[in-house]
Amino acid sequence: MALKTTKLEAPLAGLPKCPTGIQGLDEITLGGLPRGRTTLVCGGAGCGKTLFGMEFLVRGATEFGEPGVCLTFEENADELSSNVASLGFNLPALIAQNKLAIDHIHLDRSLIEETGEYDLEGLFVRLGCAVDSIGAKRVLLDSVEALFAGLDNEATLRSELRRLFRWLKDRNLTAVVTGERGQGTLTRYGLEEYISDCVILLDQHVTETVLTRRLRVVKYRGSTHGMNEYPFLIEENGISVLPITSVELEHVASNERVSTGVPALDTMFGGQGYFRGSSILLSGTAGTGKTSLTAALVDAACARGERCIFFSFEESANQILRNMRSIGINLERWVKKDLLRFHAVRPSTYGLEMHLVKIHKLINKFDPSVVVVDPITGLLHAGTAFETRSILLRLVDFLKAKQVTAVMTTLTGSANSLEQTEIDISSLVDTWLLLRDIESAGERNRGLYILKARGIAHSNQIREFHLSDQGILLREVYLGDAGLVTGSARVAQEAKDEAAALFAQQDTERQQSILQRKRKVLDAQIAALQLDLEADEKESQKLMSQDRLKALRGQKDRVDMAQSRFIQNGSPDAGSKRPGARGKGR
Amino acid sequence: MSSSSHQFAATSGNKKWELKLYVAGQTPKSLQAFANLKKICEDHLAGEYRIEVIDLVKNPKLAQGDQIFALPTLVRKLPEPIRKIIGDLSNTERVLVGLDLQPR
Repeated sequence: MALKTTKLEAPLAGLPKCPTGIQGLDEITLGGLPRGRTTLVCGGAGCGKTLFGMEFLVRGATEFGEPGVCLTFEENADELSSNVASLGFNLPALIAQNKLAIDHIHLDRSLIEETGEYDLEGLFVRLGCAVDSIGAKRVLLDSVEALFAGLDNEATLRSELRRLFRWLKDRNLTAVVTGERGQGTLTRYGLEEYISDCVILLDQHVTETVLTRRLRVVKYRGSTHGMNEYPFLIEENGISVLPITSVELEHVASNERVSTGVPALDTMFGGQGYFRGSSILLSGTAGTGKTSLTAALVDAACARGERCIFFSFEESANQILRNMRSIGINLERWVKKDLLRFHAVRPSTYGLEMHLVKIHKLINKFDPSVVVVDPITGLLHAGTAFETRSILLRLVDFLKAKQVTAVMTTLTGSANSLEQTEIDISSLVDTWLLLRDIESAGERNRGLYILKARGIAHSNQIREFHLSDQGILLREVYLGDAGLVTGSARVAQEAKDEAAALFAQQDTERQQSILQRKRKVLDAQIAALQLDLEADEKESQKLMSQDRLKALRGQKDRVDMAQSRFIQNGSPDAGSKRPGARGKGR
Repeated sequence: MSSSSHQFAATSGNKKWELKLYVAGQTPKSLQAFANLKKICEDHLAGEYRIEVIDLVKNPKLAQGDQIFALPTLVRKLPEPIRKIIGDLSNTERVLVGLDLQPR
């Protein structure tokens, strides 16, 4: 995205920096340690000072082409080599390539007698010799304080140390000096007095049996730097410092949608499901089907040929596979095809940071498109709520930056409000599905609704869902007269409704038959009336013809009478015409 | 003390005492140390010692072998065990203790 955002400004050109190559540290220090100066790394026993220094040298030698010299007062070259071999640093090889020189200064008080004045020129000679032999640019002094333990003349030591740091600066060597933490001071012998350019404090504390290492840049003259305590880890490939704000809010927002794995649920999200690369939270009380819903999503993603990682903090991989088989979701085939990987580990196995780094690593290695964390509340066992939140924030950021669809489940305790997650992560996520129990009529049923879905038109309905051996089925929640009806009450309600419908149908049919009968009766009546009418008509015609006959007869009679009268009056012609007319009229 | 390595020996061959004095150039401190050492040896180990002066300015690589960091340093190679005395050897008593010539 070519959006313009304000970034942390790069340091001014005035102060050249020397990248350490330590993951995350260069971000905090905005480029690395001050070049040509000495940095003090202090901390208690076992907090990783030497490893810090060695990584600085090894990364310099391998990644930045800057050979380094390690002047060690505590361990010899062999010990150092084997100690850092576990971090994947091969010191003997680097020494053979002239990229690294290790000089061990052995101080044994019992073998040394001090008489009169001396200086540490021998140290300078040795350091200078080592630096010149490989053209070193970096120096580690670990730990120069051993001198104080081995020698009595503190005044001489102090002035010589001052000279040493001056010497390093004059030779433009970027140096790391380690120092044991003292009571109330950064270092036991006050090295911070001489090293004023950059001081880094390493610390470790144990909270509830879980160890967390932290790093803080106490001071960095001439440069801004991250001020906070940053958790860091020592693991297979060195130190990783985890700056919380390492990822800025610049994720690419995908418009692509991915199926939820449950067709009916897709419908609730406008028919298309979640956004790819979004973070989805499934929250709910125990046994509401959170894992099952995530499994459906995983199943759908794997079916599309996408890779998924399932981080489980409660169940083993086998347990999940078995349980999901029981609801008709066969995840085993995806495991066999290496599309799905499980990473099941107890939350308390290691600290939060370690969890985060493990997750980072697996994701970077496997490059999945869907990641499930089930449940994120499990992480609470590995740290405090605040830490967990910050870790999750970083995880969500990381996954978004990688365009990985993240599904997280969280268990809502019975004491908490449903619409509140235990670690307040809800504001971080894009889509929040709430699963809840609906208790009524003596049974418990599962309901589901979308609490939020950023950027997606979504259903506001509460849906009942069933975990059947055919997978997850969503059904409409029945809104009866008495409110929400679920489970068998809903089935009863449905049966009742069906009966009512049937009854209504029968009623209609009956009405229709009544109507038909009525019509038939009326039709019959109409027919009878028509017959009556016909009979009447016939009768009236008869009467009419009789009338005409009568009239004709009357006329004939009158003619006959007239004729008879005419005959009587002597007019026979009139009488001879008449019989013909008479025959006609009949 | 004009070259990097001088050997001072009363007689040739193996000596009971083998001492190495590490210095860096001809500084007042190193000259002082050498003079002090010479005197102590003559006083206590006449004829039984050999001193080798090593100038680290000329041979810096030699510093590592004997674990030298402070200068001047006197190393007692023989008799064993190895002992180290750092400083300009101005405190004769301490030097004698350091060389095991005097009980602690």
